[in-house]
Amino acid sequence: MDLVFTMLVPFLMLAVALWGLARRVDLWSALTDGAEKGLKVSLRIMPPLIGLLTAVHMLRASGALELLGDALGPALAAVGIPAETIGLLLVRPVSGSAALGVGAELIETYGPDSLVGRTAAVMLGSTETTFYTVAVYFGAAKVGKTRYAVPAALCADVAGFLAASWAVRLLF
Amino acid sequence: MAMSLIWTVMVGVAILCGLATGNGPAVAKGALDGAAAGVELCISMMGPLCLWMGVMEVMERSGIAQGLSRLLRPAIRLLYPDFAGDRAVMDAVSANLSANLLGLGNAATPLGLEAARLMAERTPGVASDALCMLVVCNTASFQLIPTTVASLRAAAGSADPFDILPAVWLASLISITVGVTAAKLSSRCWR
Repeated sequence: MDLVFTMLVPFLMLAVALWGLARRVDLWSALTDGAEKGLKVSLRIMPPLIGLLTAVHMLRASGALELLGDALGPALAAVGIPAETIGLLLVRPVSGSAALGVGAELIETYGPDSLVGRTAAVMLGSTETTFYTVAVYFGAAKVGKTRYAVPAALCADVAGFLAASWAVRLLF
Repeated sequence: MAMSLIWTVMVGVAILCGLATGNGPAVAKGALDGAAAGVELCISMMGPLCLWMGVMEVMERSGIAQGLSRLLRPAIRLLYPDFAGDRAVMDAVSANLSANLLGLGNAATPLGLEAARLMAERTPGVASDALCMLVVCNTASFQLIPTTVASLRAAAGSADPFDILPAVWLASLISITVGVTAAKLSSRCWR
């Protein structure tokens, strides 16, 4: 079963390539054009990541995150969320790059294959930057009365954080 | 603006807390270490990220996104009953969903915004139930292959960066189900 998920990505690459060939897409230039976009994305996220990792490393060195984890940890632990992820929970709905920075720091500190590292990764993968998305969508639609959109979206976020913690405990 | 505030608060709290706990020198060192870590992280993520963007580009050009969008149409009708007959909105919403599933974020956003604009034409200034549902669906994440996170794990030396896939799918599914349910329930009682 593990092998299925491990090999899913290489097989997906092959399947996409074969489909592309069958549809007579210029596969090689699509691949390299996409990689070029990837370079641009990497360069675009680098400046915010430098700024945010600076602040996150300072916070971690100061002991503030531990204090916050100690204060709110028992409440989080009671529902199954690892206390170490408190920083990620706080920034995730507000800023995508901040969440990426905090998540990267957690994965680096605790190890990508640890409980905390995996939970942080699953949280990042299964939630979105809620407030940013709400602002962009309602801005584009020129809508001021957002009714229940924000509370409903936040319900989904809370469910995502809980489910990420439970899923990692259940599956690993 | 929000980011400026968050960053300043993070730095301020770090300095105050560092002074209070006697970790001042570590905070000063942390600032420089963090800046270096930002560059290192970006460079080690670059390879996997480029590979994936390449594969996604092939998906987009070979029509996989459009095919998926057609497949999703019936489910979309159920989510947006008020717009089930509106061809332009249904096209934009299903293309938005399929781009989200494939992780084509750059393609998903303009499609979603187009759908939001069309929906708002019926009820100017007020979010209709359909628009709320669209926003809730886009604030929940349901990427089939979470490439950025996998790149992050690969950069940190994970033995198997993609072993979190089933957990991500499960968590995303629960999150989106709760979001959609909350929106559907609210639409009945929220004025």
